Amino acid sequence: MPVMSYREALTDAYRLSMRKDPRVCILGEDVAGGAGASGQRNIGGIFGPWPDFLPEFGEQRMIDTPISESAIVGTAVGAALCGLRPVAEIMFSDFLGLCLDQIWNQAAKFRYMFGGQTSCPVVIRVNTGAGMSAGSQHSQTGYGMMTNIPGLKVVVPASPADVKGLVMTAIEDPDPVIIFDHKSLFTDKGEVPEGEFYLPFGEAELVREGDDCTIVAISRMVKFSQKAADALAKDGISVDIVNPRTLSPLDEETILESVEHTGRLVVVDESNPRCSAATDIAALVASKGFSSLKAPIEMVTAPHTPPPFAPNLERAYLPGPKDIEAAVRRTLKG
Amino acid sequence: MSQPLSAEQLLGAWRRMVTIREFEERLHREMPKGMIPGFTHLYSGQEAIAVGVCDTLDREDVIVSTHRGHGHCLAKGCEVKPMMQEIYGRAGGLCGGKGGSMHIADFSKGMLGANGIVGGGPPLATGAALAFRNLGNRRVSVGFGGDGSANQGTVFEAMNMAVVLKVPTLFVFENNGYSENTAADYAIGARDLAERCAAFGMPAETGDGTDFFDVYERTQRAVERARNGEGPSSLVFTCTRFFGHFEGDPQKYRAADEVDTFRQTMDCLSKFRDRVTGEGWLEEAALQQVHDEVLALIDEAVEEAMAAPLPDLATLTTDVYTTY
Ligand SMILES: Cc1ncc(C[n+]2csc(CCOP(=O)(O)OP(=O)(O)O)c2C)c(N)n1
Ligand SMILES: [Mg+2]
Repeated sequence: MPVMSYREALTDAYRLSMRKDPRVCILGEDVAGGAGASGQRNIGGIFGPWPDFLPEFGEQRMIDTPISESAIVGTAVGAALCGLRPVAEIMFSDFLGLCLDQIWNQAAKFRYMFGGQTSCPVVIRVNTGAGMSAGSQHSQTGYGMMTNIPGLKVVVPASPADVKGLVMTAIEDPDPVIIFDHKSLFTDKGEVPEGEFYLPFGEAELVREGDDCTIVAISRMVKFSQKAADALAKDGISVDIVNPRTLSPLDEETILESVEHTGRLVVVDESNPRCSAATDIAALVASKGFSSLKAPIEMVTAPHTPPPFAPNLERAYLPGPKDIEAAVRRTLKG
Repeated sequence: MSQPLSAEQLLGAWRRMVTIREFEERLHREMPKGMIPGFTHLYSGQEAIAVGVCDTLDREDVIVSTHRGHGHCLAKGCEVKPMMQEIYGRAGGLCGGKGGSMHIADFSKGMLGANGIVGGGPPLATGAALAFRNLGNRRVSVGFGGDGSANQGTVFEAMNMAVVLKVPTLFVFENNGYSENTAADYAIGARDLAERCAAFGMPAETGDGTDFFDVYERTQRAVERARNGEGPSSLVFTCTRFFGHFEGDPQKYRAADEVDTFRQTMDCLSKFRDRVTGEGWLEEAALQQVHDEVLALIDEAVEEAMAAPLPDLATLTTDVYTTY
């Protein structure tokens, strides 16, 4: 299997999907880049996900937009209702605030509210997460909030293979899907299947198998959990690591089966803790897997503060392998 | 022509413009050394707008800034050293290191914050002006934005709201030709941005953002109207930025010689210098002395910022309600 970076896998998935289906187009700020400028056109997108998409797919399918997030998503949603398969790119997930209505009250509601007359096959791609000292308005996640919305599918890839398989599935899904690509994963490398590759929604990946504790980790936190697991292994502690891949739908079965086997749960998410993906997963296990639990559930999250700018504060804000390791050890003490 | 401002005022304007320029040029040289965290957007080239606008304001008036905010901060009176510390993520920064380049604020100076959200500021400017109207004082607010921000729905709404409520605010658009790597001519559908602003029902004009005097005079008229209860105005100032969108931007979307040409033809500092010395309003030596003082101050600020203590980790959970 070829080894590629997360960014390359992402690019590969969208390119294949666009080659396969001429209805797929990408709208957003600077997705092609250089529109109307004095120099080069086709810059390839912010964080570089769209190299040479403009020459291959043309201006009708690589659509540079003004800075108008509400209209970017709304335009994509309207186009999705009338025959296109648009991908709207929002540069940072923090900017979802500006287009929330089009997601929450429009796209996510149509199939249900209109009695099943329509579906809304739109994909929203956002860059997410902390770790670059990008400050309070460029470092948040937001997938917890999105998971709270019925009718919206929420995708949180953790590896190059994940992003390829989940993107290809998202584009063919009849419902609105939002994909959170963690900025700090873009240069990570991994094996990725060649050609068309689809990963089903609602099927978690059991990244690692063990007996003593279950770690459910989201996005970049899967990698950190692997590091924690390596450290724990030296002391003879073995863990299951579950990567949900999609938060909506959520693979409850894999999580519950794992906790049934290990009797302990640590949920790891870099987002703020209140009403979050972490509390949702903890609540799932507390309500449906209570009898399996041998220790209180542990949550490893950011504190309930905005992401700070200063690198030392940001490091303290972000959960790290050591925090995960300590949480696993706490579950084993009880 | 008669001298529009006293020698002291002119020298003050020069000091502020040179401070912004040298602050940014220095950051540009410091960035590659890797000690400045995060994203940094430099204001070089646009100094005449920040200073021309802010010099018409009183200390009690307020401004709301953008991601490219260093110039607005310095023009409104933020101190160089605590700004530098903020940019370096240090405890002595204006926001204790929690904000960074994109979120510098100093409420004691009427600087209500740089903003990482394009279009986040103008509604706040409308709100500040509503407060001034209802409190019955004669203060005004200014919402700065770029050409790109002019296409954000929040900005349209803020402008219309300001007209409806007839509040004392100014919307200042700095048209530097680009939003990231998209040209303003592409992204602004209207032929003329000022006309589009006028369509909201307020006076709107376009000025030369590289000419301090043009900026100052147009803004002064708009501020006067606002203070007299005649409602909001919009001002569009054409300009250019001398660096990339952010530090590290390879700028492939700009023609190879574009920045060099603009540095020759659109430098607001040389224009100001030529004008004030040509008219005999200020001596070259006085300008040079200020310039030297500014350079010394910035040297000190960078040195001190690099040696300054980091924020205490306990501050991670202060200034916010949290029990977690
Ligand atoms: C809501 C939102 N959308 C997109 C961005 C990313 N972004 C930051 S600055 C910028 C361009 C802004 O252009 P303009 O308003 O002309 O200001 P300039 O950078 O030229 O000063 C963009 C797209 C953002 N910060 N916020
Ligand atoms: Mg601009």
